[in-house]
Amino acid sequence: MEQFLQQIASGLANGAIYACVALALVMIYVSTDHINFAQGEMAMFSTYISWQLMSWGMSFWVAFVLTVLISFAMGVLIERLILRPLHNAPVLSIIVVFIGLLAIFNSMAGAFWSYLIKEFPSPFPKAEFGIAGVIGPHQLGVVLITLIVLGLLFVFFRYTPLGLAMRAAAQNPQSARLVGVRVDWMLALGWGLAASVGAVAGIMVAHIVYLEPNMMGGILLYAFASALVGGISNPAGAVAGGFIVGILENMVAYGGNQLEKATGIYIIGNGEKLTVALIIVIFVLTVKPAGLFGRVVVKRV
Amino acid sequence: MAALLEVSGLKAFYGQTQSLYDVAFDIPMGGITTLLGANGAGKTTTLRAICNMVRTDGTIRFDGKNIRGMATEEIVRQRIAHVPEGRGTFTTLTVDENLRIAAYTRKDKQAVKDELERVFVYFPRLKERIQQQAGTLSGGEQQMLAIARALMLKPRLMLLDEPSFGLAPLIVLEIFRILRRINEEEKVSILLVEQNAALALDLATHAYVLETGKVVMSGPSDVVKNDENVRKSYLGY
Amino acid sequence: MAASSKKWVLGAIVLAVLVPLLQPVFPDVVSNYRLFLISTMIIASIAVLGLNLLTGFNGQFSLGHGAFYAVGAYTAAILMDKLNVPYWATIPAAAIVCFIVGYLFGLPALKLEGHYLALATFALALAVPQILKYKWLEGLTGGVQGIVLMKPEVPFGLPLSEDQWLYYFCLVVMIVLFWGAANMLNSRSGRAMMAIRDQYMAADTMGIDTALYKTVTFGISAAYTGIAGALSASAIAFVAPDSFGIFLSIKFLIGLVVGGMGSLLGSVLGGIFYVLVDNSAQSLTQFIRNDLGLPFDLSAYTVFGVLLIAIIYLMPMGIAGGLFMAYRKLRGARA
Repeated sequence: MEQFLQQIASGLANGAIYACVALALVMIYVSTDHINFAQGEMAMFSTYISWQLMSWGMSFWVAFVLTVLISFAMGVLIERLILRPLHNAPVLSIIVVFIGLLAIFNSMAGAFWSYLIKEFPSPFPKAEFGIAGVIGPHQLGVVLITLIVLGLLFVFFRYTPLGLAMRAAAQNPQSARLVGVRVDWMLALGWGLAASVGAVAGIMVAHIVYLEPNMMGGILLYAFASALVGGISNPAGAVAGGFIVGILENMVAYGGNQLEKATGIYIIGNGEKLTVALIIVIFVLTVKPAGLFGRVVVKRV
Repeated sequence: MAALLEVSGLKAFYGQTQSLYDVAFDIPMGGITTLLGANGAGKTTTLRAICNMVRTDGTIRFDGKNIRGMATEEIVRQRIAHVPEGRGTFTTLTVDENLRIAAYTRKDKQAVKDELERVFVYFPRLKERIQQQAGTLSGGEQQMLAIARALMLKPRLMLLDEPSFGLAPLIVLEIFRILRRINEEEKVSILLVEQNAALALDLATHAYVLETGKVVMSGPSDVVKNDENVRKSYLGY
Repeated sequence: MAASSKKWVLGAIVLAVLVPLLQPVFPDVVSNYRLFLISTMIIASIAVLGLNLLTGFNGQFSLGHGAFYAVGAYTAAILMDKLNVPYWATIPAAAIVCFIVGYLFGLPALKLEGHYLALATFALALAVPQILKYKWLEGLTGGVQGIVLMKPEVPFGLPLSEDQWLYYFCLVVMIVLFWGAANMLNSRSGRAMMAIRDQYMAADTMGIDTALYKTVTFGISAAYTGIAGALSASAIAFVAPDSFGIFLSIKFLIGLVVGGMGSLLGSVLGGIFYVLVDNSAQSLTQFIRNDLGLPFDLSAYTVFGVLLIAIIYLMPMGIAGGLFMAYRKLRGARA
């Protein structure tokens, strides 16, 4: 039983990470209709930046805040300089640019910081909480930070004029222009926020998966699965999807482990996590593309 | 009286297709001007051209300032409000949010609050539905919301694209009555594009008639109303 | 094909056949290493052609062609390793297996447009190395260790080196495949494929069986890239899961975009290109480190990434497209 609870706790922590990255993906999708294939590598690069800041002597949280700000600026710059001129380009071209960004971020991280795996500190104290042995301090911390970030974003979008303007710009750019909203800047801000949220996810997960340039590949795949499960047009859905997928992933691995222990037959375990994510992606795309909470967009002829 | 909006030699293009060929007109300060014409004559395109929503060439001056080629949102910030064809409502936002977003560009918080109250005086129905999702309003209510939103911009010029479209006659009359009040009480000049020529000519002080991308007739509305061609083509008698 | 381009192609083929025979005369220029390198370029061109058929000519975007390359490579490797199938027979075998896999993938892909298909194929590419390491397949795939193979032997006691023979083998396969593709594209089927890419709705209403064309094209595209994979298994004499990750698919994409989408010549140029950059990456890294003194290990992928973006901005039709435009300008052709 205890092991089962541990798996749930671990699933929640993983789910929190997926929720963040999925949210970043959905934010960009909702405002620009594009899927940011480079999201994972951007988050990884941001994590390296925080590592660098810490190795220059900054404390974890100072580095954290600074990295989030730098990532925000990075996101805005990418949108303004690289993507804006391609506004009307065919979808294929834009996807190619995303892949280009992916390649650049990945290889630059390797170039600046080498491919050696690095340890990444956890800011959460080593002490065990009352829920002894079930959930570790870092996992709890990850979930807490995620909930705080999500809460802040919710308040921002719901209750501030800028948040309202961004929602309007995403929903109906033409109408937004007609009330004086500078839609192009709203898109850039959206990118900045997405980059920041991605950075948070990267920094939180680095302690668990260790810092190396390829650390976000699998997580990105899971984030895709989460966004699709939740409904790629629905930010709240993405978050829900993240937690669902996180727990599901652990349950499947756990179930496989139990099966192997009981019967000696190995069907599925930790080594198949990416395959599970792939199956989820294909399944949702073909069977229920709107996910649990999204809306299907009808294509106009 | 100086013209609020001066347009001359206006051409407009949808991609490679030219839609307006040489449109010229003036909107006087304070009046209601209507743009009439058959479907496809270029009325909607003219409004879009003023707000740079289509590719244009020619001259457009607003209160003496050249606005052709300015970004749409910058033109709007000059205090031109455009109520587009189809209302342009933010369907997933509430009525309240739809109105608040229009006040986004305004700094004077108190004036915005007063404005909101005045808007509810014109459109009490909107106050009743304030937290409702805008997409669930009826056609008439959405049109009212669109006009209310335009008012929240505190415009000097309001462009209206076929406000009567798809609405029941009683609602249309109500809306036109409110438009007249807005013009007189808020001192908002109005440029009205309408299919319903009779109503438009009743409301307006000036009229222009567009045919295939060119202005073919202009004058005070009662003169235009009595013109034989106009009567035959647009008024049905 | 226009008469003038036919001449160029024939000329190129003649050169391609004759020059390597000069090895005894110019052993340093026509070295075994160079021939091997060119063989890898040929293989790359075939792989890029496969992707081009699907994306460039049929408009279905795939970020996961590395998966089909892997299937082809492993099919060939397993046949050679476990069943002692001769290397030349693995080519048609890989083609059939990959056609089936591609066709099967093409079925759900029918429902997916633009980003969604890109997403699905991207996911596939990310998952491939893990799938290849799956415990139940370890018996066949050799797991993480992979499978070690033998390079093709020179038959009939011909006076050629192993690398020369490999080169000719790849060349023949390439000529056959490209010739096949050219014929297909010039036929009614080819025009239907391209109609689907350009104006899907119109093609559908015109009575073209779009579903059939799309799935079959997927199969053929996978078969082509799979054949490239099978060839690479023989050429490199080794397959291992981690060489078939997402970056392989990215390399194909680079070849496609840089070479030129929707162009046979572009596929060749693209293949040559990515092999060249991949190989010169080492010297480029050393140049930056030693000569410029910067403490960076510049990877080929930074160059790739920058080029991808630059090409989209400057020459969206790739090098082939650029050459075509230049050619037309020189000829003074009217638009």
